[in-house]
Amino acid sequence: MSASTEQIDDILEKKYDAGFVTDIEEEYAPPGLSEDIVAFISNKKQEPEWLLEWRLKAYRRWLEMKEPTWAKVSYPKIDYQEMCYYAAPKTNEDAPKSLDEVDPELLATYEKLGIPLHEREILAGVAVDAVFDSVSVATTFRDKLAEVGVIFMPFSEAVKEHPELIRKYLGSVVPVSDNFFSALNSAVFSDGSVVYVPKGVRCPMELSTYFRINAANTGQFERTLIVADEGSYVSYLEGCTAPMRDENQLHAAVVELVAHKDAQIKYSTVQNWYPGDENGKGGIFNFVTKRGLCEGARSKISWTQVETGSAITWKYPSCILRGDDSIGEFYSVALSNHRQQADTGTKMIHLGKNTRSTIISKGISAGHGHQTYRGGVKISRGATNARNYTQCDSLLIGDKCAAHTVPYVDVRNSSSKLEHEATTSRIGEDQLFYCRQRGLSEEDAVSLIVNGFAKQVLKELPMEFAVEAQKLLGVSLEGAVG
Amino acid sequence: MLKIENLHVEVDGKPILKGIDLEVGVGQVHALMGPNGSGKSTLSYVLAGRDGYDVTKGRVLYKGKDLLEMAPELRAAEGLFLGFQYPVAIPGVSNIYFLKAALNAIRAHRGEEPLDAIDFMKLSKEKAALVELPDELTKRAVNDGFSGGEKKRNEIFQMAILEPSLAVLDETDSGLDIDALKVVAKGVNAMRSPERSMLVITHYQRLLDHIVPDVVHVLIDGRIVRSGDKDLAKQLEEKGYSEVRDAPQL
Repeated sequence: MSASTEQIDDILEKKYDAGFVTDIEEEYAPPGLSEDIVAFISNKKQEPEWLLEWRLKAYRRWLEMKEPTWAKVSYPKIDYQEMCYYAAPKTNEDAPKSLDEVDPELLATYEKLGIPLHEREILAGVAVDAVFDSVSVATTFRDKLAEVGVIFMPFSEAVKEHPELIRKYLGSVVPVSDNFFSALNSAVFSDGSVVYVPKGVRCPMELSTYFRINAANTGQFERTLIVADEGSYVSYLEGCTAPMRDENQLHAAVVELVAHKDAQIKYSTVQNWYPGDENGKGGIFNFVTKRGLCEGARSKISWTQVETGSAITWKYPSCILRGDDSIGEFYSVALSNHRQQADTGTKMIHLGKNTRSTIISKGISAGHGHQTYRGGVKISRGATNARNYTQCDSLLIGDKCAAHTVPYVDVRNSSSKLEHEATTSRIGEDQLFYCRQRGLSEEDAVSLIVNGFAKQVLKELPMEFAVEAQKLLGVSLEGAVG
Repeated sequence: MLKIENLHVEVDGKPILKGIDLEVGVGQVHALMGPNGSGKSTLSYVLAGRDGYDVTKGRVLYKGKDLLEMAPELRAAEGLFLGFQYPVAIPGVSNIYFLKAALNAIRAHRGEEPLDAIDFMKLSKEKAALVELPDELTKRAVNDGFSGGEKKRNEIFQMAILEPSLAVLDETDSGLDIDALKVVAKGVNAMRSPERSMLVITHYQRLLDHIVPDVVHVLIDGRIVRSGDKDLAKQLEEKGYSEVRDAPQL
């Protein structure tokens, strides 16, 4: 331990020697990744030493790891030394002063999604302080949560205010060296959210990253940690439902959930990062590690995701069902249009007795889109009477897209019951014609049929999210037919 | 209402309709009868604007406009309704949600305000009663898991909601037992009005016992070989298509 502390001291000193002090005043770290940069980020966030050490350990592990190649996605090689790993949120001076300065195409999309005006301003990065009182919204919200003892704050604040919580749980579900991208995230994560729901508390509102204004500009490596203590309940929504105008950019997030005895966590995502243009230029590379631990008996973790954005999606929200009678659920709609590629699914790891898992995956491919469902169900020796139900359906639109299904099953206990159902269908000319004969335009017809296909998953989303997700599916499919 | 002039249609290069002339006046009910493969369904799809049917000659006027120029949804918005022989299932989309979207698209075309959920529910209840469609079916996904009879009743239910000017009913009687046939016919008859025209396509005379047409046409091998009043249908039933075709026109 002392050796590594010394090392860190060395680094810190070295950093200062190298004249980083002036750089700290800058908004960006220089491109490239090194121990210096990791230390720079940690320093910038005024983190305690243990966390810097944790990051450095992750960085060193990452150096030894190889980028995974098993997923069915292809993309140009990422040069990790060309990227910037720290960029402070844009200052208000750089931001557009009003919606008049924002790309009209972007605004047209917001319009179609029915996003309220003030929300559009936030999404487009307009300096909002003058426009509406985000601070008071955030504050009222926080007071209400504090009354029942719920902690909900940015990661960097939680590190300062609740270090014991972070130390206990950080990396407990997704170990630093779990995979290449989680190791990278552990080394350089910028910010994220921390939620703690105390024993027996039912969180009085849906927690959403939208309400926390400071999340609007969080970086590409965010980290989320949610802990639900015994008998508690929390529903968490993440994602902005508006496209981000970015060049090919790496987004490698890590989400860890811990549900103690009798606790429930419901985690909903609507992901609509910029998917690139019709020819596959630009777009986000979305490599995300999400995992929940059903630690206690009768705990339950439910993932719901609607993935319509990103050029590349690599994402497998999973559940480790350790507690007896615990339940894991995964509901997913993933859509790939144009040149988008998605390789997504889940892992359900049954360790406890009478554990149950449900997987409902709906993949939609259009244009030249590629879609892979990759799922793993593992029933370990001790998981007596475990049950799994898997359903994965693919919908094809047009004749240049593709759908693949890769289910892995590993069963080591003969008392378990597993079911797997899979279908592949095409939006039929007959369905489209039927809808049009009743007066619907072709685009509305596609949107209607796709939403019907995805309904089983959409109904798992909180109401207002479901409405946005529905519209989003329609907007994302524009130009997919005809 | 509808005027078809010398209509020739090919499917995959194969001539199916070989010169159809047909005029349906406002408020009239015409029956189009014919054996399998005579081109009855092709005619209904051409009228509704389905892809894959090449009109090589002739024209179709609907309310004085060139029907064949219009996109399928525009035809629907202009009041043309096709009752499908094989209604299509749309899993996950509830029947009333689908119909509300359709009705409001048509209303928007007419420059009318959309119906809100409450008014629509009222309308839906009223029309469902007309074809004795159980409330539960109006809420289920469109035609998904419906029996043959339920699908056909659902078509008439949709017609009742959309209130078209011209309804083309393609073998609405196929697959129905006699009780279901009566229910469907009752629904259709309730929709008869001086402003509404219908073209009822069927194999069998029995439907026409319940929906009494003003004019009956016999389509054989892509041509209308005979036209007459409702008695023509009875003759067909007794003598079969070939004899009627070969008999001299009265």
